[in-house]
Amino acid sequence: MKALRRLLDNIKPHVQKGGKFEKFHSTFDAFETLLFVPDATNKNGVHVRDSIDMKRTMAVVVMALVPALLFGMWNTGYFHFQSLGQEVGFWAEFLHGALQVLPIVIVSYVVGLGVEFAFAQMRGHEVNEGFLVSGMLIPLVLPVDTPLWMVGVATVFAVVIGKEVFGGTGMNIWNPALIARAFLFFAYPSKMSGDLVWVSGLTEGEGVVDGFSGATPLAEAVSGNIDKFSLMDSFLGFIPGSIGETSTLAILIGAAILIYTGIANWKIMLSVFAGGYVMALGFNAIGMNALMEVPAIHHLCLGGFAFGAVFMATDPVSASRTEKGKWIYGFLIGVFAILIRVFNPAYPEGMMLAILLMNTFAPLIDHFVVQGNINRRLKRAKVNA
Amino acid sequence: MSEVIKIKRGLDIRLAGKAEKVFGQAALPEHFAIKPSDFHGVVPKMVVKVGDKVKAGTVLFYDKYRPEVKFVSPVSGELVAVNRGERRRILEVVVKTDGQEEAEQFGAAKPADLSREEVIEKLLNAGAWPFIRQRPYDVIANPNETPKAVFVSGFDSSPLAPDYDFVLSGQEKYFQAGIDALKKLCDNVNVGINHEAASKVYNSTKGAALHSFQGPHPAGNVGVQIHHTMPINKGETVWVTQPQEVIAIGKLFEEGVYDANRIVVLAGSEVEKAGYFRTKVGASISTLVKGNVKEGNLRYVSGNVLTGTELEDDGYLGFYHSQVSVIPEGDYHEFMGWALPGFGKYSVSRSFFSWMCSKKEYRLDANMHGGERAFVVSGQYEKVLPMDILPEFLFKSILVEDIDKMEQLGIYELAEEDIALCEFVCTSKLNLQSILRTGIDLMIKELS
Repeated sequence: MKALRRLLDNIKPHVQKGGKFEKFHSTFDAFETLLFVPDATNKNGVHVRDSIDMKRTMAVVVMALVPALLFGMWNTGYFHFQSLGQEVGFWAEFLHGALQVLPIVIVSYVVGLGVEFAFAQMRGHEVNEGFLVSGMLIPLVLPVDTPLWMVGVATVFAVVIGKEVFGGTGMNIWNPALIARAFLFFAYPSKMSGDLVWVSGLTEGEGVVDGFSGATPLAEAVSGNIDKFSLMDSFLGFIPGSIGETSTLAILIGAAILIYTGIANWKIMLSVFAGGYVMALGFNAIGMNALMEVPAIHHLCLGGFAFGAVFMATDPVSASRTEKGKWIYGFLIGVFAILIRVFNPAYPEGMMLAILLMNTFAPLIDHFVVQGNINRRLKRAKVNA
Repeated sequence: MSEVIKIKRGLDIRLAGKAEKVFGQAALPEHFAIKPSDFHGVVPKMVVKVGDKVKAGTVLFYDKYRPEVKFVSPVSGELVAVNRGERRRILEVVVKTDGQEEAEQFGAAKPADLSREEVIEKLLNAGAWPFIRQRPYDVIANPNETPKAVFVSGFDSSPLAPDYDFVLSGQEKYFQAGIDALKKLCDNVNVGINHEAASKVYNSTKGAALHSFQGPHPAGNVGVQIHHTMPINKGETVWVTQPQEVIAIGKLFEEGVYDANRIVVLAGSEVEKAGYFRTKVGASISTLVKGNVKEGNLRYVSGNVLTGTELEDDGYLGFYHSQVSVIPEGDYHEFMGWALPGFGKYSVSRSFFSWMCSKKEYRLDANMHGGERAFVVSGQYEKVLPMDILPEFLFKSILVEDIDKMEQLGIYELAEEDIALCEFVCTSKLNLQSILRTGIDLMIKELS
């Protein structure tokens, strides 16, 4: 520890202003603060501060994503060997999945952090921690067969267009991870939808047993086969889908971590589920097409709904920032996700579009909440006058 | 007495080093100083020169923009230094005491027998006017205005704060006289009291409306109490003062002298024997802390750890402060601090495992525990600000210097101390109190 500290202290003069490697100031700073919490003390204002910082916040979110990630690895292996008609046991399935998933995670992090570091250096800022979470979210919302170069391109697009053009973490309008997903969805639809991309190796189709279908339950539901996977299967995650989105249970474990630690907002999560449930219930009552008839509770366990509700909608930067606004924002995400899913089966991933849509409208919701506060104050003044 | 007002949002930080209710023995220091920086917006004009003899109550300087507001010496002795900082700004006006306790005589009088103008004049001349501050803006009150009310918070809920039941005991007579004087300034005098405390002095006081508050810090902040009883609208002012200052005002009328005596609490994890001490306004803290603090690099704070000012170990007690806090400086690098489980780390969130020991008292240091970032996490500030105000939107309006929005979003109701907890919990480590002060300064400049 001490040796490491000494090493950093030795390098430091060279990367500071006027030093030989001034260009790498932000990069050095990022690594230094990663290894050591800075020794900076409070100067004016409060003398003590809460121990939490942005790194801790982001680290907790990444921890909360781990159950979904691990389950996604196993799920990948499980369906891969199902498609081949082989029984290989838990560990072999997990190992296969891990080998498929890890490269995507690594590409996402390396590319994304590279862009972040470059921007921080150009601006002379500190490197923001936001990408620690985005870098994990991007792989988890992608189909496992996504080519790695696409992951890289999408990540660059998400970080640059989704975030840095607005000024970096805290300034972006949309959730960067969803920008990556949306970019791929519209740029390379054949790799992002269909019946083949969800199971590793299925696109090549070597040795696949006859009659195996890699279609997601949502795709099955469109053709009226919702019963192919039971509600319990969808809840536990024995269904094909994007890497991290399959197991509602694993996602809920993450949700529990986020809510208990107080990092993510429970109001948003609850209202997204409530919005989706109410909407689906309404459709159940009408029941005009197969998707409308999918039981409301089943809807919540399918596709990216749960993952979006817990990890995407709750991104504080792109969500509504007022407490009242959060209820409205979340509820409408739930409503729109089911609405898009049911009425436009071409976009079974209604969740992604619903969140991006509500990200866009979050400032408007906030505007009305803030206006409400202002009006209350004006009214009070008039009563007194 | 009206009903109890329950404050739900807020936070009591469990700091180690709470003071016992006993008086410690410490000699009065040799040096005392009045610091113009304690009075926001005041530009000091010196009246006495280095070497001049002064008595307690002798004018040291006045405000350039409002010459009737005078600042006086707390003790008798000799003016030994006028310490200046950048651009020759006066930082400290230092008086060395001669131990004689001579005082200027202003004449005793019953406030009831005086007119409002006479009361104001007496307060101004005796240097007691700066005790009266105003909301909005948290600056010294303008003697030419009439406020809609006077409000005294009778208790301090901030970390390790003094217990006013203990501090005021036996001073009922002076407190009553002080309230009588305030009542001349404005008929509507209010005292906020702690529902859980005995409040003996306040309950026996006549002429002031009592409002009972219950809940975590900042329930004891006068701004919060005003917000819940008589919120300040545009164009209104409320004058505020603190319990020990009411007593000083009372003594001025009872005995005719400027009373600089203060009981301060010395507390904090790095104090050996935390307790209460009798000292005076502007006293050097050297005799309080010498031999009574632990080893190590320490931070001395005049006031509480949320809003106080940093001092050297021989610095001077702030004009408005009744507390000295001593905590570790915390200027160390912590290896992988953000990733460790953090069993001993205090956080409002449960992201450190310290939630497992909920009763623990913490030894917090002045480390920032992270770097400054943009606003990212939302909803944090609201949880510790018990007012119908959207703090984040207010801060953003200040950052873009939008005067109209600042006004609409309630900047008149806030002082720095009210949002100190927001700054404490802020994940992005923003200096919210400075941001608010910038906004207030802008308001003063644009609207005056």
